[in-house]
Amino acid sequence: MRLLVNKIFLALSILSALIGLAFLGWILATLFLKGLSSFHFSLFLDDLVDGGLRNLIVGQMILAGIASLIGIPLGMTAGIYIQEYGQGRYASLIRDLSDIMMSAPSIVIGAFVYALIVVPTGGTSGWAGAVALAIMMIPVVINTTDSMLSLVPRELREAGIALGASKYKVIIDIVIKAAKVGIMTGILLAFARIIGETAPLLFTSETSNYFSLNLSESFPSLTVSIYDLANEPEESSRDLAWAASFILTVMVLIINLTGRFITRNKK
Amino acid sequence: MEKIFQKLSLTSATLVFVLLIGIFLTLYSAAKPAIDEFGFDFITNPDWNKEVVLENLDDEAIIDEDDVAIADEDDAEIADEDDVILDEDEMLLDDEDETATKTIYGGLVPIVGTLLTTLIALAFALPIAMGIAVFLAEIAPKNISYVVGIAIELLAAIPSIIFGMWGLYYFAPIISDLFGGYQVSLLTAGLVLGVMILPFMAAITRDSMNTTPAVLKESAYALGATKFEVIKDIIFPYSKVGIIGSIILALGRALGETMAVAFLIGSVFVLPQKITDPTISIPVAMANNFGEASGLGESALFYLALILFIISFAVISLAKFYFLKKAK
Amino acid sequence: MSVMKIKKFSFTYAGVDHPSLKSITLPIEKNKITALIGPSGCGKSTLLRSMNRIHDLYPGNKYDGKIELLNEETGKFENILEIKKENEFIKLRQKVGMIFQKPTPFPMSIFDNVAYGLRIAGIKNKTELKDRVETALKGSALWKEVHDRLDKSAMGLSGGQQQRLCIARAVAVKPEVLLFDEPTSALDPISTGAIEELIVELKNDVSIAIVTHNMQQASRISDYTAFMYLGDLIEYDKTENIFLNPKEKQTEDYITGRFG
Ligand SMILES: Nc1ncnc2c1ncn2[C@@H]1O[C@H](COP(=O)(O)OP(=O)(O)O)[C@@H](O)[C@H]1O
Ligand SMILES: [Mg+2]
Repeated sequence: MRLLVNKIFLALSILSALIGLAFLGWILATLFLKGLSSFHFSLFLDDLVDGGLRNLIVGQMILAGIASLIGIPLGMTAGIYIQEYGQGRYASLIRDLSDIMMSAPSIVIGAFVYALIVVPTGGTSGWAGAVALAIMMIPVVINTTDSMLSLVPRELREAGIALGASKYKVIIDIVIKAAKVGIMTGILLAFARIIGETAPLLFTSETSNYFSLNLSESFPSLTVSIYDLANEPEESSRDLAWAASFILTVMVLIINLTGRFITRNKK
Repeated sequence: MEKIFQKLSLTSATLVFVLLIGIFLTLYSAAKPAIDEFGFDFITNPDWNKEVVLENLDDEAIIDEDDVAIADEDDAEIADEDDVILDEDEMLLDDEDETATKTIYGGLVPIVGTLLTTLIALAFALPIAMGIAVFLAEIAPKNISYVVGIAIELLAAIPSIIFGMWGLYYFAPIISDLFGGYQVSLLTAGLVLGVMILPFMAAITRDSMNTTPAVLKESAYALGATKFEVIKDIIFPYSKVGIIGSIILALGRALGETMAVAFLIGSVFVLPQKITDPTISIPVAMANNFGEASGLGESALFYLALILFIISFAVISLAKFYFLKKAK
Repeated sequence: MSVMKIKKFSFTYAGVDHPSLKSITLPIEKNKITALIGPSGCGKSTLLRSMNRIHDLYPGNKYDGKIELLNEETGKFENILEIKKENEFIKLRQKVGMIFQKPTPFPMSIFDNVAYGLRIAGIKNKTELKDRVETALKGSALWKEVHDRLDKSAMGLSGGQQQRLCIARAVAVKPEVLLFDEPTSALDPISTGAIEELIVELKNDVSIAIVTHNMQQASRISDYTAFMYLGDLIEYDKTENIFLNPKEKQTEDYITGRFG
C-alpha cells in the first residue's frame, strides 16, 4: 500500500514534469519552425518599411544599450552603498524597496515614464523608452551587486584596509574585482531581461517603421513591432512577427547562456 | 575622493527610494481627476467608456451608456440603494435633453479580469510546477536534473510576448475546440499565463525545496520512509514557507503580466459570464488604450495602474518579507 | 555473537577513481558497542553509511564484498548488499537505525517526531502510539523534560535534547542495530555525557556501532574498537587491548596523539 502510494506519487510528479516540458517544447518548436521558415538574411538589411527588421533590431539594441548605460552605474553604486557603506535600517530599507521594484509590473513602469517624460515632452521618444528600461534594470543590477559583494570574504577587505588603502580604493580595486564575474553575469541576465520587454515600451518609445538614431522621436522597437505585426490580419505580417520573435529569442538565449557560461568557467 | 564616492553611492541608493515614491505619486496625481470623479466606486463599477465596449458588445452596453454620476462628487457616503435611484433619475434627465453627456469609467471589469486570469493561471500552473519541482529536486538523477533545470530557467527567460503569440495562434484554437467559446477568452488567457509562469514557479519552488538539509532527509529514510513520505512529511513542511513565498511571487508576476495576456483575453470591457467569454485585464487595458486615451479616460487608466501597482506591491511584499525572509 | 558481518567490503564514491574503503572485514557484536576511530577522511562515515545502505540515495557509488545482517527469525545471515526492492530497503532501515552528527529533528511536534517511524510502519492505534512514544522518550531520558510539551515543535529543544529526541525516534521502531555517526561532536560536554550514558544503556536492547573522533569517548563507552586509516581497517580488537597495548604502530601513534 505505502509502496503503491509512493509509486503513484512519483509517477504523477514525473508526468507533470513531462507535461510541463511538453508545453515548453511545443512553444520552442513553434518558434523555431515558424521563425526559421520566415527567416531570411535580408531581414537584417532592410528596414520595416521594406519588409525587413534591421531598424527594429538596431533600435531595440540601442534602447537596451542606453538603458544599460543609465542603469548599470546607478545600480552598481547603489548596490555598493547597500553592501559596503550602508548601515542598518536605511540600507536594508533600500534593499527591500529595490526587491519590490524588481517585481513591479513592467506596464506600470511604462505608465510612470509616460506621465513623467512623454506627456511633458509632448510625445513618445527613444529617450522615454530607454529610461523605462533603465528603471526595470536598476533593481536587478542592485540585487546582483549586493549579493555578489556579500560573498566576498570580510578578510579581503580588512587586508586591504590594513595595507593602508582607503575604503573606496579597497572597494574598487579589491572587492569589485573579486566579485567581478558574478556581477557581470548578473548584468548580462538583466540585459537579457530588458531586451525582451514589450510592455514598458508600448507608449514610451512606441515603434517606428524607419531607421532612426534620433532618440527624441518615436523609436523603432523590435518587441513593440512584433506586437503590432502579430495583430495584423495579413499572413505576411504575422510571418514577419514570427521571424522577429525568433531573432529576439535567440538573442535573449545567447546572452543568457553567455552569462551562465562565464560563471561556470570561473568555477 | 573617498567622500565623493561615498556620497555618490548614497545618492544612487536613495534614487531607488525616490523612484518608488515617484512612481506612486506620479500615478496618483495622473489618476487624481479620475479618483476625484469616481472615488472608490470606480472599483465596483463595471462600465467603461462605451466606444470601447461597442466594438464587440451591443445592447447591454447602450443601456448602460451614460448612467452618469455614480458617486458624482463625493456622494460615496450615500447608501447603494440611493445611488441606484439617483442614477435612474439622472438617466431620464439625460435622455430627455440631449445635453452634455459625461463618459464614465469604472474599473470592475479589468480588475475582475486580472484576478480571474491570475487565478486560472495559478490553478493550472501550481500542480504542474510542484510536480516539476519535486522531479527536479528529488526524483531525477543529478545530470538530468541539471540539464532540465537549465532548460526550465532558460524558458523562464523567454520574452512573454512569445508566449502570447504562441497562445493565440496555436494553443487557443485547441482550447476553444475542447471547451467551446471564443478563442480569445478568460480561459485561454489564463492558461497561457499559466504556461508562462510555469518555469519561473517551478524553478523557485525547486530552489526552496533544495534548502532542506540532506541529513534531515537521510534520517527519515533511515527510519524506513519512502520517497513520497520524505517529500510529504519532511521536505514540504521544512520548506513550506519558502514554497508559499515562491508561489505568491509567481502570482505577483502573473498579476502584472501584459503581453502573454494581451493576445488572448479579447480586450473588451465586459464582465465575463462564462469562463470562455472574452474580457480584459488591467495591464491589457493599459497596453491597448493608453495611446488613444486622453482626459478622463487617460486618468482612469492611471487609476487602474495605481490599483495594479498597489496590489502587486502588497502581494510582492507579502511574498518577500513575510514568507521568503522567514524561509532564510 | 555477531549481529553484522562486514566481509571484504570495498566502496568507491561516484565519480571518484580510488576507493574510499578497501576490503574491510569487521564484525558488529550483538548487544555490544563497537567504536570506529581514525583520522578524519579515513572512511568511518562511509563504512557506517553502508551498513543501512543510506548511500543508495545517491546513484553511481560502487561497492564490492558483503555486509551480512543477522535475521533474528531464521538465525541466518543475509547479505544486505543484495537488496534491490523498495520494501526490503524499508525493512532494512527499520532494523538498522541511524543517528547523525547534527541533530535532525523533523519539522513537526515532539510527539510526531517520535511517532513518525511508527506511523509509517503502519501503527495507527492511538494508545499504542502513545505508549511506545512514552517508552522511547523515557528510554532516551527525555520524558521528564518534554512530557508536558509533546505537542510543541521539536525545533524549540536544545541541541542535546534534540539529539536525544532523534535517538528516541530511532529507538521507537525497535531496531536491532543503531548506527551513530559522531553523535556528540556538535554538543556541549554536559549533553555529551548524557548521550554517552544513554548509549551505554541502549546496548541492552540493540547492537551499536559508533563513529567518534573522540578517543576518550571510545575508551569510555565501547566494548570493541576498530581503527581505520586511509580506507583500510588497521586494527580491530577489544577496546582495552586497542588502548592499552595496540599491536600496530599506526594505532599506537594515533591513540597517543603522535599521529602524522
Ligand atoms: N559523497 C562523496 N563523494 C566522493 N567522495 C567522498 C564523499 N564522501 C566522502 N568522500 C571521501 O571518502 C573518504 C572517506 O570519507 P568519510 O567516510 O566521510 O571519512 P570520515 O567519516 O572517516 O571522516 C574521504 O576521502 C572523502 O573525501
Ligand atoms: Mg565522518
